[in-house]
Amino acid sequence: MKHPVNITIDGRQIQAEAGRNLVDVARENGIFIPSLCYYPHLDQPLGTCRACTCRLDGKTGVACTEKVHEGLTVEVHTPELNDLRKAVVEMMFAEGNHFCPACEKSGNCDLQHIGYELGIASTRFPHLFEDRIIDFTPTRMLLEHNRCIKCRRCVEEIFTDDGLRVFTYISRGNETVVGIDYEQEARLTEDQAMNAMRICPTGAIIVRDKNMSQPFGDRKFDLRSVQAHQPAPAETASKPREKKIIATVSLAGCFGCHMSMLDIDTGLLDLVEFVELNRSPLTDIKKFSKRCHLGLIEGGCCNSENVETLREFRKNCDILVSVGECAIWGGLPAMRNTIPLGECLEEAYLTAPLNEPGAGVVPYHEDLPKILDKVYSCSEVVHIDYFIPGCPPSATHIWKVVENLLWGEQHSILYSEFKYD
Amino acid sequence: MNTNRIHLLDRLWEFQRRGGFIRDDDIRACAEWLGLSTVEVEGVASFYHFFHRKPAGALTIYLDNSIVAEHAGFAEVKTAFEHATGAKTGGVDPSGRFGLFTTPCIGLSDQQPAALIQFQPFTHLTPEKVGRIVRALRQGQTPAGLSDPVDPNIRYLPPDNRTVFFREATPGQALTRALALKPEGVIAELKTAELSGRGGAFFPTWIKWNACREQTSTPKYVVCNADEGEPGTFKDRVLLQTRPETVIEGMLIAGYTIGASEGIIYLRAEYTWLLPLLETALSDFRKNGLLGKDAGGLKGFDFDIRIQLGAGAYVCGEETALLESMEGKRGEPRTKWFFPVEKGFLQQPTLINNVETFAAAAHIVGMGADWYNSRGIAGSPGTKLISVSGDCGQPGLYEIEWGMPVAELLELCAANDPYFIQVSGPSGECISMAENDRRISMLDLMGRKDIRCGGSFMIFNRQRDLLRVLLNFSAFFKHESCGVCTPCRAGNFILQRQLEKLDRGLAQAADMDAIRSWGAIMKAASRCGLGKTAPNTPIMAMEKFHDYFAARLSPDANTQDKSFDLERATAAYEQYKS
Repeated sequence: MKHPVNITIDGRQIQAEAGRNLVDVARENGIFIPSLCYYPHLDQPLGTCRACTCRLDGKTGVACTEKVHEGLTVEVHTPELNDLRKAVVEMMFAEGNHFCPACEKSGNCDLQHIGYELGIASTRFPHLFEDRIIDFTPTRMLLEHNRCIKCRRCVEEIFTDDGLRVFTYISRGNETVVGIDYEQEARLTEDQAMNAMRICPTGAIIVRDKNMSQPFGDRKFDLRSVQAHQPAPAETASKPREKKIIATVSLAGCFGCHMSMLDIDTGLLDLVEFVELNRSPLTDIKKFSKRCHLGLIEGGCCNSENVETLREFRKNCDILVSVGECAIWGGLPAMRNTIPLGECLEEAYLTAPLNEPGAGVVPYHEDLPKILDKVYSCSEVVHIDYFIPGCPPSATHIWKVVENLLWGEQHSILYSEFKYD
Repeated sequence: MNTNRIHLLDRLWEFQRRGGFIRDDDIRACAEWLGLSTVEVEGVASFYHFFHRKPAGALTIYLDNSIVAEHAGFAEVKTAFEHATGAKTGGVDPSGRFGLFTTPCIGLSDQQPAALIQFQPFTHLTPEKVGRIVRALRQGQTPAGLSDPVDPNIRYLPPDNRTVFFREATPGQALTRALALKPEGVIAELKTAELSGRGGAFFPTWIKWNACREQTSTPKYVVCNADEGEPGTFKDRVLLQTRPETVIEGMLIAGYTIGASEGIIYLRAEYTWLLPLLETALSDFRKNGLLGKDAGGLKGFDFDIRIQLGAGAYVCGEETALLESMEGKRGEPRTKWFFPVEKGFLQQPTLINNVETFAAAAHIVGMGADWYNSRGIAGSPGTKLISVSGDCGQPGLYEIEWGMPVAELLELCAANDPYFIQVSGPSGECISMAENDRRISMLDLMGRKDIRCGGSFMIFNRQRDLLRVLLNFSAFFKHESCGVCTPCRAGNFILQRQLEKLDRGLAQAADMDAIRSWGAIMKAASRCGLGKTAPNTPIMAMEKFHDYFAARLSPDANTQDKSFDLERATAAYEQYKS
């Protein structure tokens, strides 16, 4: 080192070359600072996503635009800062329309990965469900604006051979989008186009005809955390279990989460000894006959009946858990949330190519549940105590949570079990 | 970078003025001229709300939608414009003659409702007046001919000839004294006078000037921030309108002090109507040898000033966003990787100050810091310009000595049953009448902070609905966020949704806690002052007007059921009931 300086990160003394980027220095020393827009060789750093917010010499600021200097004191992992960074990343999920199960980039996505590392099970913010387009016009790629987090990497990194920008921000405020120059995009080489897809931290840039050969579940961020392993809490030996009563329901869901619950195979035989299922599609009991300790909710609310059912569950269950993406924030059914209800219904019942022209009618009857203007997450209707992400969550994840909530047994959720897809 | 790029905004203005909007060909022409891809030019044009990519009418009308305008009759005037022109707000009438748009505060809060037509000012609008104006325009009269003279409305100056900003002064006199003081002496005067940035950040002026002076790289630039976009603020407008020469002289002294060769006034497009007046003032300076080669008779001091017109973006008032805009780019605030005094305009050392700061500097240097310091209070010397608007009998400009209690200012302006006051604009703070003994100064006093006022005082009486005010501010921030950083871009949108929930009576106590904690996240994590200050007012308002908010909460607070509005959620479907 030519000009070594001494800095402190979370109480650790570290020596580093003066003027180097704090994110790099921390990383080299095994300290994980979450970051999304940060891209090591870009000078100046972008400082757009704010996911690396820390305390720098006592003031809140982002690590990626900080050059290390003598005496710099950095706080990274305090409960407040961990929550702050988590909130910033949650904002990205709430702002965009991120449907992980339907995304090509799932498993290789930096945004999803940071969500896993920060343990984001649900967002505290209302999802905005702004209507964003998928731009199919470019010659060799398509731009999925629902997934863009405006990190600016592509803007600063992708140029044609003669130095022209291919991407840039368009508009302002919440309407800001990354625009693409169709003419210049067509002039990119294969490598340049692939690079654009690669550096995109989400699935917003997809190059046509490039399938992603690596299977889901086996991708870059699927299996292992980049953070140093925390020692897992000791699994407590099961105390004698009391018998508990559970209810389950699938609202605007696909029953996939219920299928997943059954996936513990023979574990089910152990479970039935300690669990009595009351209202549930598994028992076909349609009305609560007892107060329940726990209610597992699959699916969000897409019609008035869902709302009523959910309220019934809240009345009759001590603890309510949203199981799976749909219950947590709307999930795949919420894909319609960016489109006015009228357009959805008319497309489905009146103008769809298979409908006989003029013969279609939008079903409406007092016996039918009323369709809501959009799909609502369960927590917009009642108070939800816990969230289990996944589409569907794995069986072990679900039952580890249940065992913990009902009998206080300690389990750690493995990185590989905590998924959005 | 192609150096012509600094003229991109000017070129886009030419196209905008010539054709009423910017065509694809215009974008392409700019791209070819600068050697850029078209999307990059598109990115710039789409950033500024006065640039249109679709026809915006042969005559474009911008109606001020700030909260003061809303309270003064914005809705009626808007309807009147729609009726008279046949254009719907946000569009153009079928003949293409009139375009009608709304825009944030145009700096005429003391004469609302107000509008700009072809960027000419029209004030104190009523539906009848709108009818007359549009009829006259249809008969071929010009907006410039029909426009209203803008009254500076200077309502109050410190008594006994203690005014700083409006003292009689001969142009050049302060510069002469500066030349005698030498740069060190000028900086010492500013230090003694404790002058700090009047754009609202109150950064010590002498530190900035000194830091820029110490930079060795040349050329250096002096930039006057005349992008007065904070709603409710119009003090800079009045200064530019009535005392442009002191502002110019302040820049000139700054140029001499730091060793700069060029000054640039970044003027917000809303003040386009001030351009001729400013150009005249500049050419008078040139005629008198105060600008140009050997300015002020000092051999080797070549310094001139030009005006850069903005194009509609509040965030460009942030100094680094302003630099980006001057470079012909999107007005996005920079990271703090470099400070403008190190690498500013075109990566050269740049001194940026507000209009009022330059004027104050000229007076301090002209008359001496002791003269200045005999005004105001110890620790907060001098005077401050405040734009007063809203529910009061005498809206207009007040030059107060620092230390005046809020109550006194309210009395001076004949405030009418004030209930809450927004100090320093939406990004500032709100105060209740329980605090009207607080002083307006730069000091902390006995644990009870004085109020630092950036330049505006909006007064609201008991008839005004606090949530309407907050929603107006919220819409403003959402629209004006530059869009680069997550907490501001998404956060302002999310806060708006949350305030709407309160407004609909669906919020529970936890929803108010959410506003507080989400606001704190925006404050901590946003990239620039816009996102950092946007949540201030809602958070403060909840604290200071507790009873008002308690009454707005959902009646079924504290249950496990959220207040879900099933009727509202099914309203769209009910339309299919046959």
